[in-house]
Amino acid sequence: MRIIIAGCGKVGQALTEQLTKEENEITVIDLKSKIVSEMSNRHDVMGVVGNGASHLAQAEAGIEKADLFIAVTGSDELNLLCCLLAKKAGDCQTIARIRNPEYSAEANFIKEELGLAMVINPEYAAAMEIARVLRFPSAIKIDTFAKGRIELLKFRVQEDSVLGNLTVMDISQRLHCDILVCAVERGDEVFIPRGDFILREKDIVAIIAEPKKASDFFKKIGVVTNQVKDTIIVGGGNIAYYLSHTLLSTGIKVKIIDKSMERCERLLELLPKADVICANASDKGVLEEEGMYQTQSFVAVTNMDEENILLSMLVKKTSDAKVVTKINRVDFNEVIGGLDLDTIICPKNVTAEYIVGFVRAMKNSMGSNVETLYRIIENKAEALEFIIRKESEVTGKPLVQLKIKKNILVACIYRQRQVIVPRGYDEMRVGDSVIIVTTNTGLKNIEDILGK
Amino acid sequence: MNYKLMRYVIGWLIIFESVFMFLSALVAVIYREKAVYSFLISMGIGLLAGALLIVRKPKNKSIHAKEGFVIVSISWVVLSIYGAFPFVLSENIPNVLNAVFESVSGFTTTGATILNEIETLEKSILFWRSFTHWIGGMGVLVFIMAILPLAGGSNIYLMKAESTGPDINKLVPRMKNTALILYGMYFGLTLVEIFLLLMAGMNLYDALTTAFSTAGTGGFAVKNDSLAGYSPAIQNIVTIFMILFGVNFNIYYMILCKKLKNTILNTELKVYLGILAAATLAVAINIYHIYENFGTAIQQSVFQIASIMSSTGFATTDFNLWPEFSKMVLVVVMMIGACAGSTGGGIKVSRIVILGKSLIKELEISVHPRNIKKVKLNGRFIEHEVIRSVNAFMVAYIAVFAISTLLISLDNFDFTSSFTAVAAMINNTGPGLEAVGPVENFAKFSVLSKCVCIFDMLAGRLELFPLLILFAPTTWKK
Repeated sequence: MRIIIAGCGKVGQALTEQLTKEENEITVIDLKSKIVSEMSNRHDVMGVVGNGASHLAQAEAGIEKADLFIAVTGSDELNLLCCLLAKKAGDCQTIARIRNPEYSAEANFIKEELGLAMVINPEYAAAMEIARVLRFPSAIKIDTFAKGRIELLKFRVQEDSVLGNLTVMDISQRLHCDILVCAVERGDEVFIPRGDFILREKDIVAIIAEPKKASDFFKKIGVVTNQVKDTIIVGGGNIAYYLSHTLLSTGIKVKIIDKSMERCERLLELLPKADVICANASDKGVLEEEGMYQTQSFVAVTNMDEENILLSMLVKKTSDAKVVTKINRVDFNEVIGGLDLDTIICPKNVTAEYIVGFVRAMKNSMGSNVETLYRIIENKAEALEFIIRKESEVTGKPLVQLKIKKNILVACIYRQRQVIVPRGYDEMRVGDSVIIVTTNTGLKNIEDILGK
Repeated sequence: MNYKLMRYVIGWLIIFESVFMFLSALVAVIYREKAVYSFLISMGIGLLAGALLIVRKPKNKSIHAKEGFVIVSISWVVLSIYGAFPFVLSENIPNVLNAVFESVSGFTTTGATILNEIETLEKSILFWRSFTHWIGGMGVLVFIMAILPLAGGSNIYLMKAESTGPDINKLVPRMKNTALILYGMYFGLTLVEIFLLLMAGMNLYDALTTAFSTAGTGGFAVKNDSLAGYSPAIQNIVTIFMILFGVNFNIYYMILCKKLKNTILNTELKVYLGILAAATLAVAINIYHIYENFGTAIQQSVFQIASIMSSTGFATTDFNLWPEFSKMVLVVVMMIGACAGSTGGGIKVSRIVILGKSLIKELEISVHPRNIKKVKLNGRFIEHEVIRSVNAFMVAYIAVFAISTLLISLDNFDFTSSFTAVAAMINNTGPGLEAVGPVENFAKFSVLSKCVCIFDMLAGRLELFPLLILFAPTTWKK
């Protein structure tokens, strides 16, 4: 696929690295010639020196033939302008990074009105990732569909768990849980389980459910969902704001510590329910006073990687809290991996992953309507979200009557803010978001699920 | 230094070369020549050696600037030495040094020869001689990159070291596709020339060898009198293609992409054609009295100017007998050379343009010291790095030139011969003047001079730095 990336900052570089590995044709645009030549020496990409929002630079980068334009320069306004021009100049999808919280709040409006395919806010994305981890710390990985209303969780079946030797059907019948087991990884094999599939210990199970029902399920199988009740956030930047906002709305107590009085006051205006402490968090006394030993979770999101790492290690050592650490530079992951940290969040990688996910879906479905695509198990199983836009063979018929191919599972239907875990009598309708789980890669359209 | 990767690349290089030899072996079969055995033996050795070198894939496939330069220059040395095998084994050129000279001259697209008599050689050997031009013209590592899935992005360094010109850019984002497009255009243009030559009445064997020599801007012909014996129509076709192969291949890609405006505005192309036209006219007026017919004068003049400027080195006449002014013009266009990113040699027109513009800039700055000036090319400001590298290239060019001339003068030829011999080597042109003129050859040189020539041809083809780097101690320090 032909992709143009404007802006070779942290996100631009992470994106280029990932996307070139996946056999895309990348052209990068940046104002600084040094960065451009560095990029084209290091990766198999073409470089254009210039302003990403100028038509000349875009034309030189081959906008007419491009499939996707990603604007990740430092400036929101420039990114939007880049995308607007790119959309006019070439017939391509556009993605813009929007960082300013004021614009970000209107992200959907901007996206719809300006015809962008995706608007991404790195801080918001990182905050959402942290929030998900805090809500369910024992999951290996959590992905979301339908704008966060449906979750795809991966977890390992513990020894002595009730799930051991239980069939998939039993989960709904005996445990009365409205969740769907969509893929099971056992050793090297991957299964799309039918009702009579028996789960074993040490399986890695992927389930799809609404966030609330997922936590019900975990309660019932005896995994302490330990959704944290309170948290201490060090560093009052944008991530802290988005994170607090989300956590407070789900009833988690939030305490934010920041050095700057000005910022603290602003945070208090924005988040009336949060405890805002104006202090230097690198002072151990302050942390002790604010309950470092008692807290259930601790999030370090200051601008300094070193400070985040040190504070996290301190808390990890002295308490049982779930610790989340933000690290911007992950180049040294050999060293960081050796440290005793729980979850590491890197905003640029989170952003890059979001965009790469979009690109994969686009590539999987050139000209079709895959909304989101996740690889559940690398190269073996994937989950795709389709939006049904018109009547077709698959709509209006109960699922039992459709001749669906082997190894394909209609995992979830999202209709008018309602999540349906489909049974045989359910049907797909126009306007639905449908999640398909499959081991056959390369589905392009919802109609492709039908066998002959 | 990533020696394992170097071994791997060289292994593939030898394999590719033996596959190319197969074509010559076919020619030998068709003409029922003994040389077929020498080709088969060479191929056997090559395939075996290559297979041994590539058995173990290197884990670390990263190429940095240093590896890029070293791999390319070592590859070219290996390429040339292996290319000499058929010459020696078939006993057409029994002397090893002479065979290596001929092979280097072929791959670097120089076209200078040590043979007194060409037509007595076996046809398949002459075919191989011309075919080495075609392989060397676009660069053999570029070809390997088009086919082999080598390292990720960093193999840009290989292309930078092998391609010609001060500022190398890819045509499309992926290296592999860039290489494929370049070779596709190269192959296509060669086919068109072969077709036209056949139409003009050339036989297939002559058409193939002449087209290979023109495409690589080499200059090996299969006749003793180069192209003088062919009809004017054939000579004119060759003239046109010599000019075409001296043009930056990016231009052809732009034309293919229908960006005609950029093509017309390209400074290098304009200057290249301008110099060509001016030199042709000047020489034609100067030699008018020899031919008594302005049409013939123009035809001879344009052929010779195109041949020398594109660094091909074909001859239709002994221009050594021309007036002094015409010979001087030829030496000047020999030094200027073809466009960057073409198959031709020389300093390259774009470097000349950049040097000229920076000279004007410096002059203006000395008059108005506070004036801020920057050099522009094709409507863009040129990076300081590029200007610096062009300046460094010129210094290296003059240094290599001076030392080589000094060494060659030990053979006690006259100044013109020694000077133009080095010029013909380092610019990959082929013929010089006087003792190395178009009807002469390099057999008369001593062993030392031939070694100097071999070095100059390789240095000229790789644009000096890759080869000079081999002699820098820091390259080999751990």
